[in-house]
Amino acid sequence: MSISVHMNDKEEDRFPGKHINELPDELFEKVGEDSKQDNEEISRPSKSYWQDAWGRFRKDRLAMIGLCFVLIMAVFAIFGPMFSQYTYDGQDLNNGNQPPSSEHWFGTDKFGRDIFVRTLYGARISLLIGFVAAAINMVIGVIYGGLSGYFGGRVDMILMRIVDIMIGVPDLLYIILVMMFLGNSIQSILIALCLTSWIGTARIVRSQVVTLKHQEYALAARSIGSSNLRILFKHLIPNSIGPIIVTVTFLVPSAIFSEAFLSFLGIGIQVPIASWGTLVNDAIPTIFTQPYQMLFPALAISLTMFSLNFIGDGLRDALDPRLKK
Amino acid sequence: MKLLQINNLKTTFHIEAGQVQAVRGISFHVDRGESVGIVGESGSGKSVSMLSIMRLLPENAKIDADRLTFDGTEIMDMDQKQMRRLHGNDIGMIFQDPMTSLNPLFTIGDQIMEPIRIHQKLSKSEAKKRAIEVLKMVEIPSPESRLNQYPHEFSGGMRQRVMIAIAISCNPKLLIADEPTTALDVTIQAQILDLMSDLKKKGNTSIVLITHDLGVVASMCSRIIVMYGGEIVEEGTTREVFYNPQHPYTWGLMRSMPKVTEGEKKKLIPIPGSPPDLLSPPKGCAFAARCEHAMKICTQMSPVPISLSESHRAACWLMHPKAAKVERGVGS
Amino acid sequence: MGRYIIKRIIAGLITMFVLTTVTFFLMHAIPGGPFSPAEERKVPKAVMEKVQEKYGLNDPVHIQYVNYLKNLAQGDFGISFKQTSVTVNELIEQGFPVSAKVGLIAIIVALLVGIPLGITSAIKRGKWADWLSMIIATVGISIPNFVLSVLLLFLFAVVLKILPTFGLTSWQHYILPVTCLAFSPIAYIARLMRSSMLEVMRYDYIRTARAKGVHELQVICKHALKNAIIPIVTYLGPLVAILLTGSFVIERIFSIPGIGRDFVSSISDRDYSVILGMTVFFGAFIVICNIIVDILYAVIDRRIKIDE
Repeated sequence: MSISVHMNDKEEDRFPGKHINELPDELFEKVGEDSKQDNEEISRPSKSYWQDAWGRFRKDRLAMIGLCFVLIMAVFAIFGPMFSQYTYDGQDLNNGNQPPSSEHWFGTDKFGRDIFVRTLYGARISLLIGFVAAAINMVIGVIYGGLSGYFGGRVDMILMRIVDIMIGVPDLLYIILVMMFLGNSIQSILIALCLTSWIGTARIVRSQVVTLKHQEYALAARSIGSSNLRILFKHLIPNSIGPIIVTVTFLVPSAIFSEAFLSFLGIGIQVPIASWGTLVNDAIPTIFTQPYQMLFPALAISLTMFSLNFIGDGLRDALDPRLKK
Repeated sequence: MKLLQINNLKTTFHIEAGQVQAVRGISFHVDRGESVGIVGESGSGKSVSMLSIMRLLPENAKIDADRLTFDGTEIMDMDQKQMRRLHGNDIGMIFQDPMTSLNPLFTIGDQIMEPIRIHQKLSKSEAKKRAIEVLKMVEIPSPESRLNQYPHEFSGGMRQRVMIAIAISCNPKLLIADEPTTALDVTIQAQILDLMSDLKKKGNTSIVLITHDLGVVASMCSRIIVMYGGEIVEEGTTREVFYNPQHPYTWGLMRSMPKVTEGEKKKLIPIPGSPPDLLSPPKGCAFAARCEHAMKICTQMSPVPISLSESHRAACWLMHPKAAKVERGVGS
Repeated sequence: MGRYIIKRIIAGLITMFVLTTVTFFLMHAIPGGPFSPAEERKVPKAVMEKVQEKYGLNDPVHIQYVNYLKNLAQGDFGISFKQTSVTVNELIEQGFPVSAKVGLIAIIVALLVGIPLGITSAIKRGKWADWLSMIIATVGISIPNFVLSVLLLFLFAVVLKILPTFGLTSWQHYILPVTCLAFSPIAYIARLMRSSMLEVMRYDYIRTARAKGVHELQVICKHALKNAIIPIVTYLGPLVAILLTGSFVIERIFSIPGIGRDFVSSISDRDYSVILGMTVFFGAFIVICNIIVDILYAVIDRRIKIDE
C-alpha cells in the first residue's frame, strides 16, 4: 500500500512544528475503554425547574419593570390612603374641579373629592378583583379541566360540550346579565367574572392532563394503587403548573379590564366608591375643561395593564418556553 | 471543469448555547452525469452541506468556503436572481419527507407548473403539457386528472413521485436527493429507487444521493462519500469503499447493514455510542470516542486525509505506518 | 360538508336556546322589574298594561316562556317598557345598520393594517417594523378601549382640534371611532399573523418553493400567506364579538346612534325587556357569524376532517 500524504498549509496547522512521520510511537498505543467514557458525561450543572424559570424571568427587563410597578402600586393602594388627609368620599364643594396642586396631587372632581386618593382606592378595588377573580377562576378551571381530561370518555364529552355552548357567546353579555340580577357590588362583580373566565384555564389543564396521564409516572402511580384523585392532584396537576400559572397570570388583567368596563357602563362598582372605570366614566363630561380628571385614572389603569401583560409574557417565556411566540 | 466543486466548506449554526459546527471543512466534487452517494448517520452534516450549497439554510447559519462552484460559477458570489436560476432550473432538489414538502393548499398541478413557468417562460397551456409529461415520467397514472388534486389526496409514495417530477421538470444538470426514501414504506422505497435509476439512465443529469443506507448507495451510485461529525472520513468509488474500506466508521456502517448472503444469516452489529456534540467538537478524530481501535493520537489530533488511489481517500490514524495492524471488522 | 354545516347549526341553536333561557329567567328573577309578581312592580300603569298584554304577565312563568320563544321564532324581540311606543325590532332596525357600518369598516381596517404589520414583523424579525408591531400589539392588548377612546378623543378633538368629536355626519367622523374600535383587533391580528407566519416559514414546503427558484416575494405572499392566514380566519368569529362589546363603549363615547348605545342606555335605564330582546339578538348574531366563519375555514383549508 502506498501512502501519499497530501499536505497543504491548512493541514500543517494541525501538527504545529511536527512532520507527520515524526510523531512519537506512544501516541499510537491503543487507549483503554475507561479513558473513552468522558463523552458520556453531562457537563452542564443541573438546575431545578424553578431556578431555571426565575433565571429566565429575571433577564426579561420589561417583565421585571412590570413586576416592580405592580408591587409599588399594591403598596400604595394598601397604605397610601392611610397617610392622606382626604377620603375617597369626602366632598368639599368649595374646592370642586381644582387642577393638580400640592394640596391635591391629581386635582379634585366636581364634588371636590381628591382624585389621587380616589385613584388609589380604584387601585385597591382593581387589584383585589383582579387577583381574587384569577384565583377563583384558577381553582374552578383546574378542577373542571382536570376531571374532564383525567376521566375522559363520556365525562369529558359532556363537560366539553358545556364549554362549547358557553363559549359561543361573548362572556361580557353573561356578565352584564348577572350584574343586572345581582346588583352593583364587589361580590357580584367577582361572581359574574367567575362565570365563564375559567374556560380558558380548564381547556389548558384538560389538554395537559390528557397528554400527561399516559406518561410512565402516572401509570406507575396507578400500578401501586393510588386513587384517581390522588394521581390527578398529586402527580398530573403539579406537572402542568407552568401553563396553568401562565394562563392565570393573563386572567388578572382581563378581570381588571372587565371590572373597569362594567363600572364604565354604570353597572359595576356603586357610587361613591371609586373604581378606575367609574373615574374615567365620570370624567367624560368634563374632558374639555378638566382633562386631568380623566388622565390620571386612565394612566393608572393603562400602566397596570401594561405591567400585568409584561409579567404574563415574561412568565410564559420563563415557565413554558414551548409557548414562546 | 467539474459540475460541482466544493473546497473546505464550513457551515456553522449560531444558537443560544453557542455555535454548532455542523459541517467542518469538507471538500469534494461531482462530475457531469455521475451519481455520488453521501452516507452518514443523522447529524453527520450530509443534509446541511447540500442545503449550504443551495443556500437554503435558516438565517442563523453561516456558510464559509474556499471555493463553491457550480458549472464554473462561484455560488457564494451569486445574487438573488442567479440563485433563483440555480434553484429549480440548474439544480433540482428532492426532500426527505414528501408529506410536508408539498404545500397543502395548492393543487399538484400548480406546484409542478410553478418552476416550469418561472424558468422556461412557457404559457399556461404549454406548462400544463410539460407537467403532464413529467408526471408520466414519474409513472403517475392518469396525470391529467391528478393535476387538479391536492397533496392530501396522494399517498406518501405518490407525493414523492410528485416531488421528483417537480425536481426534474426543468431538466436540471444536478439532482440532489436528500434521503428520498427514508420516510416511505419499504415496498415504496424500492419503487422510488427504481424510478430514480431509470431517470438517471435516460438523462444526463448528475445525482447527489444523501442517505444513511449503504445498500441504497451501492445500487445507485458510482462514488461514495462517508461523512461523520461534520467531516468526510472516507471517499471513493463504490467498488473501493465496499471492497477496501479504510475507516472504522465505514466498517461499522457495513456491519450494521443487513445482507442476504446465500443461506447463511449474519448478525447485524450496531455502532455503540452516539455522535459527537458539534457544539464543542472533540479535539482529535470525531469518531475516536466510539472507535474500538482508538489510539492515543486519535483523541489528540485530527487525522490527515490520505489518498490510496486517484479516487480513494480516507482520514484515519490506523493508516499511519506506526499504527498497529488491526483486523477489518467488515466481516465479509 | 353538508353534515358539518348542519352540526354547526344545531350547536348554534343550542347555544342560542341556553342564552335565551338564562336571560329570560334572570330578567324574571330581578326584584322590582316588570316581570316580577304584580305587587313588587314599580312601573307606571300605562306601561304595565302594554307589557302585560305583550308578555301575558298573569300567566304562569313557563307559559310566558313558551310564548316568548314563539314570538322569537317569528322574529319578534319584544317591546320596551320605558318608551311605550318603541319595539326592540324598531331599535334594531334603526341602530343595527349604523353599528354594522362602523363595525364593518373597523374589520376591514383591522385586517388591512394587522395582516401586513404581522407579516412585515415576521419577515423583518428584530427590525423596526417588528418593534412597531410589538408596540402596537402591547398597547392594543393592554389599554382598555374606553381609555384609548377617551385619550384619542382628548388628543385629536380637544388638543389638536383636527377631528370632529360626536355623531357620524361626515367621513371625518368615522376616523376616531373606527380607529378605537379597530385598535385592539389590529394588535391581536398582527400578533397572530406574526407567530403564524414565523411558524409557516419554517415548514418544509417553503424550502421546496425556494428550491424551485420561486421569488422570495412570491414565497411569502403566495406559499406562506395562504397557510399562515388560516388562524386569522378562525379569529374572525371572536373578532365579531370583540367589536360588538367594543361598540358599547365607542358608540357611547362618540354619540353614535347604533345598537351598542341603545343597549348601554337600556342597561342604565334598567329597561329589562329591551335588555332581554337585545341580548338574544346579539347572541343570535354572534352565533350566525361563528357558523359562517367555520364554513369559510372549511372551504379555505380542505384538509380539515369536516365530519369530525
